[in-house]
Amino acid sequence: MALLEIRNARRDFVTPEGGKFAALDGIDLDIGAHEFVTLLGPSGCGKTTLLRSISGFETLDGGAILLDGTDLAALPPFRRPVNTVFQSYALFSHMTVARNVGYALEVRGEDRASRERAVAEALEKVGLTGMGARKPSQLSGGQRQRVALARAIIGKPRLLLLDEPLSALDRNLRQQMQIELKTLQNTLGIAFIFVTHDQEEALTMSDRIVVMRAGQIEQIGTPRAIYRHPKNRFVAEFIGETNLFALTIDRIEAGQAMARTAEGLELLLPAGAAKVGDKAVAVLRPADFTLSDQGIAATVTKAVYLGSDLHLFVQPAVGGAEIRVTARDSASAPKEGTKVHLAYDPAAPHVLEAA
Amino acid sequence: MMAIRRQTLVLATLLTPVTLFLGVFFLLPLLIIALFSVLTPGLYGGVEWAFYHWNYGRIFGWADDIIEVYEPIYLQILMRSLGFAALTVLLCLILCYPVAFWVSRLPHRWRMFFLFLITLPFFSSLIVRLYAWLLILKPSGILNTVLIGVGAISEPLEILYTPAAVVLGMVYVMVPFMFLPLYSAVDNLDRALIEASMDLGATRLQTFLKVVLPQTLPGILGGAVIVFIPSVGNFIVPDVLGGAKGLMIGNLVEQQFLSARNWPFGSALSMIVMAVVLAVLLGSMAAAKRKGGQNA
Repeated sequence: MALLEIRNARRDFVTPEGGKFAALDGIDLDIGAHEFVTLLGPSGCGKTTLLRSISGFETLDGGAILLDGTDLAALPPFRRPVNTVFQSYALFSHMTVARNVGYALEVRGEDRASRERAVAEALEKVGLTGMGARKPSQLSGGQRQRVALARAIIGKPRLLLLDEPLSALDRNLRQQMQIELKTLQNTLGIAFIFVTHDQEEALTMSDRIVVMRAGQIEQIGTPRAIYRHPKNRFVAEFIGETNLFALTIDRIEAGQAMARTAEGLELLLPAGAAKVGDKAVAVLRPADFTLSDQGIAATVTKAVYLGSDLHLFVQPAVGGAEIRVTARDSASAPKEGTKVHLAYDPAAPHVLEAA
Repeated sequence: MMAIRRQTLVLATLLTPVTLFLGVFFLLPLLIIALFSVLTPGLYGGVEWAFYHWNYGRIFGWADDIIEVYEPIYLQILMRSLGFAALTVLLCLILCYPVAFWVSRLPHRWRMFFLFLITLPFFSSLIVRLYAWLLILKPSGILNTVLIGVGAISEPLEILYTPAAVVLGMVYVMVPFMFLPLYSAVDNLDRALIEASMDLGATRLQTFLKVVLPQTLPGILGGAVIVFIPSVGNFIVPDVLGGAKGLMIGNLVEQQFLSARNWPFGSALSMIVMAVVLAVLLGSMAAAKRKGGQNA
């Protein structure tokens, strides 16, 4: 049985104009006891509302959330075996780091000695040994983040909820924390639900990603499945850079389908169950293309330097939308105006289930 | 170098008027009162320029019982004033704290409206408003008429000219002064802190005691000080609503200066009020700091 079961969760909000919109529009989701699940979506997609429904700060209008088979609806936030790392960290500024971290044990009435041991242990886990006597105001952003983390895990929750906790950190620190969070989750052996709008964060850490839009789940899958096999246009475009091709299938031979865009650009697709004349939308990631002697004839319109890589915007000779291509940077790398040919592995294109 | 000199000059220019104003109209009168409190009362008012410690002796008990008589009533009235002021602070706090929370959660437009309502009493004269209370509280007043009308009581309540009326009036006068600093502190309280506390297993009461109260303590202390100080020396409210049993130290000082024409004794009383208020203030600040230190 899953640790957390979300069954047809619904939550309606009233807009200032008096209208109603569904922040959660029938969410079904199971989360395993040791899983790192990321809720990913643009702002307003309902991911934070879902998180707050689990922690108990939002009440569902329909459906249920079950932890270990027990409905959480009747439990106030302070009775749920779930802890949260808040986006703003929400550290108690009038308490020391140690008292912040030990807060969950203090309110439970644990004695001072066992509290101090647990605090020292939690601080060690997040790499803040010896910082206990400081006030939150004396810490850097990254350190505050770690205090918030230590404070949330000290009570040994079954499930840790993280609400965009890395969004205030700079890029290097964020990447470092991503790795540390994943390691910490493995060490603790508890489930993490991580909310973010940053697809890179989602891809880096998650066992599974839940892509949400407008209160609904668009797709659930491993990072690789979400990236390589997006179900629809929204998921394809939200996760990573994408080239989308609207195609009509021309002919099928030897398990391969030859398809054509309206402009006449030809692409080879894995045939699947497609028939001649079918419409299809294919996804090709920028890294799926290689610069070659033959293939799609095109002209580079813009080359963006990214360090070891180049990001190219390439205009196909037959017309249509520009194609984005990632290429290794080198002395012979194409510049703006260079004529190139684009090749790709015929297995690479992914056909969307629904456009 | 020039920039710094220029800054200093600008600062000095800006601060001079207020320094002069406070020096002439605040510090100088204070010094005069301090001086008068150890001078001999003139026979027909005013002072004689001779040292005289019996102004204080009358209050604290070393009077000679010939020229000046020791009366414990002065210290009793002082204690009563302190008690009334403390009660006023407490009642204002109890009244304002929940309201501050409620108002701070309203939509912006409604918040502004309620803040405007809080300042509304300042638009009319204090004396006029206190006489309105007189009409409400007197035996044949609005309150008693209504209570008898609905059958809650059969005899009119004796509220007017009692300590209760004085405290009631002072609470009424002081509520805005408590509300504004309190509201500011409550409004600045990060709601996420309350959620974090509950998320970590603290009940609503624990959250209030361990997070909300300490986080809003500066506003509570600010409001308490601003209400306490003018309450101790208040003489208008007891004058209108208090009667003999509601007399406060402020009335005593006023009488000494205006009716009894014993300026030195009035000055001595004033000095004592000031000393006590200062001591209470410093004491509570030190206590707050220690409390903060424990939390630290």
